[in-house]
Amino acid sequence: MTAEPTTSPSTPPLLEVKDLVKHFPIKSAGLVRRTIGQVQAVDGISFSVSQGRSLGLVGESGCGKTTTGRLVTRLYEPTAGSMKFEGHEIAGLNSRQMMPYRREIQLIFQDPYSSLNPRHTVGTIVGAPMVVHKTVPKDRVKGRVQELLEIVGLNPEHYNRYPNEFSGGQRQRIGIARSLALNPKLIVADEPVSALDVSIQAQVINLLRDLQKEFAIAFLFIAHDLAVVRHFCPEIAVMYLGKIVEVGDRAQIYETPHHPYTQALLSAAPDVKQAAIGGRRERIRLEGDVPSPINPPSGCRFRTRCWKAQDVCAKEEPPLMQIGGRQVACHFAEPLQVVTIESNGTAKAESPSTASPL
Amino acid sequence: MTETLEKTDPKAQPDDRGDEPFLVVEELTVQFPTYDGLVQAVTDLSYSVKLGQTLGIVGESGSGKSVSSMAVLGLHDVKRSRLTGSIRVGGTEVIGAGDQVMRKIRGNDVAMIFQDPLTSLHPFYTIGSQIVEAYRLHNDVTKKAAKARAVEMLERVGIPQPDRRVDDYPHHFSGGMRQRAMIAMSLVNNPKLLIADEPTTALDVTVQAQILDLIQDLQREYGSAVVMITHDLGVIAEISDEVLVMYAGRCVERGATKQILTHPEMPYTWGLLGSIADTTGDPDKPLVPIPGTPPSLLNPPTGCAFHPRCTHRDKVEGNRCVTDLPELRKGRYDGHLMRCHLKDPDVIFEEEVKQEVLG
Repeated sequence: MTAEPTTSPSTPPLLEVKDLVKHFPIKSAGLVRRTIGQVQAVDGISFSVSQGRSLGLVGESGCGKTTTGRLVTRLYEPTAGSMKFEGHEIAGLNSRQMMPYRREIQLIFQDPYSSLNPRHTVGTIVGAPMVVHKTVPKDRVKGRVQELLEIVGLNPEHYNRYPNEFSGGQRQRIGIARSLALNPKLIVADEPVSALDVSIQAQVINLLRDLQKEFAIAFLFIAHDLAVVRHFCPEIAVMYLGKIVEVGDRAQIYETPHHPYTQALLSAAPDVKQAAIGGRRERIRLEGDVPSPINPPSGCRFRTRCWKAQDVCAKEEPPLMQIGGRQVACHFAEPLQVVTIESNGTAKAESPSTASPL
Repeated sequence: MTETLEKTDPKAQPDDRGDEPFLVVEELTVQFPTYDGLVQAVTDLSYSVKLGQTLGIVGESGSGKSVSSMAVLGLHDVKRSRLTGSIRVGGTEVIGAGDQVMRKIRGNDVAMIFQDPLTSLHPFYTIGSQIVEAYRLHNDVTKKAAKARAVEMLERVGIPQPDRRVDDYPHHFSGGMRQRAMIAMSLVNNPKLLIADEPTTALDVTVQAQILDLIQDLQREYGSAVVMITHDLGVIAEISDEVLVMYAGRCVERGATKQILTHPEMPYTWGLLGSIADTTGDPDKPLVPIPGTPPSLLNPPTGCAFHPRCTHRDKVEGNRCVTDLPELRKGRYDGHLMRCHLKDPDVIFEEEVKQEVLG
């Protein structure tokens, strides 16, 4: 595994997001619905996705990863910040101006049960984007739908069936076929496999990998499962409470994570194969839960659960700093090998005395 | 704090039944008659768990893992299900037992933690009152004493400020705290057997790690038996002593955790291991999924239920995978059982599958 360059300087990134903010107002009850607070779901994040590559967005529930996906697809209106798609600003465009970009940016949803209309046939569902955007003449829609069904590994003859006749994995394939209908350049995949059984998860991940290779589609891959993201994305951004805390390529994030949160997340993820070959990981056990995004901690947002936290963490918010090709937002960033497997198959884990016990 | 926990065990059944494990399930079959036909949810399942031990039951959705454990608590409606076989909890037969017997067992000798703590806690009652109810049902104590016990249990499972939080409602708690409250409730009567049905599936990984640690700590403290039901082999690897792999309602492989993870001898287990994305190893190597989908239990495949998805069935002579159900037979290691026609699955695994699956 070699560290690939984040973006080659010659080609501009397909999607460039800068200081993106999304605050949801909280209104008081009563006639005069005054705004009494803000849910700071996404609070100033920047990242970019290059043509035909994929960026993984990882974090726990409530960290703002889904909100980010919905901002990029413009299902939410950003509070502030800029999003450039192929160099064109798409934040703040009205729905008519947005139309051509909607064709280029598509979404795959988490739940294959609620994201397909139960009253529509598969043909109607997958064909709908083409009808709406008039990309294919009406008489050719059916042929194109069947082509797409075949691409995602479904029987093209199932064109007239309803979603309830399919299993969860097959439904997710229908959702994927729909997202491919307009030949998008970017697909935002929001937890595309987390609702599926393990054996089916692998099928869908492999399908997405094949599609990416074949059609050179860029992915913004949102997931809570570190292992799944690792198998799909060469670059990974870790989010915590509305902020990006660490960005880097796969090797940097998984082999030498610098941010304490990335380290904790990695050490908490159970890994069967590693257990099977006798590997051991350090146990970093975080206390408590993610704080509320309505009133996030001052300074570094992770400090309330961090074992390295000191006074400066409460006062100053650490910026994303460049450390050897990666970006980390921590005052005390240092590498920690969470998992060490030696070449002879035996694993070694050096336990940090600083790790907080449960 | 712990001494009060230990002495309040009024049931104190003598363990004089020789060496019989605390939970013994023998040839359990659960079927549900429906309009579409008979759903064969669990077929011929046998296992046992000793006190102080953890058994992990792993399988995909619809493999019968939850149905079999609900049978232990007698949670199936007798009018809508057919149960045969035998389940003994501490020597008491559960199948066919009346409501009186079951009420004594439920929440007392045997407790269950469910997957979704929000739907398994009552939204109208405070956390405290729900724990108090569970405690007073089996113990003749005053409300005040029961509440003190509830506070003590909340503290034990790591809820901050338990004396205040005891009066909160479930919606005041976060997902991880709710699951802790569920665990506090299930452990309030010092059960000898804890059945945890996907207890961490709805939780984030950092919280999952906390809950798994908590269950292990509590098990060590009270020496209870634990049945951990999950679809996640990672959880199994962390917590269980023994693993039972289920497919289409049957046990297809059983053995010590280490053995099952390093020397599995059943193609379905190979497939499960190959499907899992990992955090080490070569990320560019594609995963090895199991082709196809799990079968319908209305009409399970003939012979070995896994044969339509099995990539090794051409190695068995004479199409036996399609016609004959393989017996659950001994594997290479002690206590290892597997259900497969392959003559030497351990050799096939070492030579062909291991590299692909374990990387």
